[in-house]
Amino acid sequence: MKFLCVECDRQMSFEERQLPGDGTLAAAFRCPGCGRAVALLTNPMETQLVASLGVKIGGTTLPPQPMETVRGMVTTGRPDAFDDAGERGAGSGPRWSADAQERLARVPNFVRGMVKRIYLDYAKERGIAEITPAVMDTARSELGLEGL
Amino acid sequence: MPLHIRTYHDLVEPDRSGLPQQIAAQRQRVAGRLAGVGRVVAVMSGKGGVGKSFVTAGLARALARAGRVTGVLDADFNGPTIPALLQIPVTSCTLHENDIEPVASPEGVRCFSMGLLLEDGRPLAFRGPEAEGHVWRGTLEAAALREFLGDVAWGALEVLLIDLPPGMQRFAELVELLPAPPAVLTVTIPTPESGDAVRRAMRFAAERGATLVGIVENMTGGAFSGTAGDDLAAEFGIPLLARIPWHPTPDAWHELAARV
Repeated sequence: MKFLCVECDRQMSFEERQLPGDGTLAAAFRCPGCGRAVALLTNPMETQLVASLGVKIGGTTLPPQPMETVRGMVTTGRPDAFDDAGERGAGSGPRWSADAQERLARVPNFVRGMVKRIYLDYAKERGIAEITPAVMDTARSELGLEGL
Repeated sequence: MPLHIRTYHDLVEPDRSGLPQQIAAQRQRVAGRLAGVGRVVAVMSGKGGVGKSFVTAGLARALARAGRVTGVLDADFNGPTIPALLQIPVTSCTLHENDIEPVASPEGVRCFSMGLLLEDGRPLAFRGPEAEGHVWRGTLEAAALREFLGDVAWGALEVLLIDLPPGMQRFAELVELLPAPPAVLTVTIPTPESGDAVRRAMRFAAERGATLVGIVENMTGGAFSGTAGDDLAAEFGIPLLARIPWHPTPDAWHELAARV
């Protein structure tokens, strides 16, 4: 899917992605010529279809987690299906605020380890010292973590 | 006066999303992961109830007992039976930074299956909108197949058997994901009805460039009568590798393993 500014005959550039939390997705594209912006709004089924492909609108910045789609999408997984052999940089990473820990604890076991790693990698990459719910929301939207 | 609108393929400016590059990276990950696998063999029939998983597991165990390093990818996500057939106890899968270890059976067969991940007795269910689930569910299952191929640390294997579900869709997905079409081992029961369904699957596979390595006729000598195995072997010019009786002895599996 691409967007063309017909007035300028220029391909529009991806600018921003937003996940309102209702299963929909908004992605903004801007014309590099005239600056006009348009938003692509997808319904939950369309959002899910893109997520199912294992690709991210706007590109990826973090390496994929092993079995990211299965762990992120399966809702009937065993809580102890995965045994994490070791967390990256354990002990030296960003700290978690109490609110963020509480929110993380609400994530099902099947996917919690992966979600935790993604937020840690995101925070480390940006030099964020403390992971808060606000950081989690921003990461979720920036990384295209639909539904996580 | 109609607007002048360039077509999709006319737009060649770099795209920050890089979706084609993301897809290409997924394919490269699969190819890299399977670089140490000598041979990928898809076990298929095109229909259910002929014993594909039973044959896959029996063959894998015989290969392992013969000292051949073997893996089984259970691609039947909705009815995974391979862990039980390989006598793998319920266990956790070990995660590393970039991959997941396959689980080893008592005989040393490396295995990965949705059956290792799902809660006991629960069906495979995905998070997502209920409406129009048929649109995205197939895509999600194809993504799961890609991750089973590309994210499991299969290591060096002589043979990776892929146990396919009934139907042909999963085989088509497999062909798209692998660097080259897999070899195909076909399973049928003796009846002409089974032969008809399996013939379609074999043609489907051959038309997609797969090499048909042979046929296994399962459940012979019992209630099912017919010559489907011989008929299909003659029609496609490939060997009938084995006739597996209702209660096969270890010798039956060893003879099949020696011919694969």
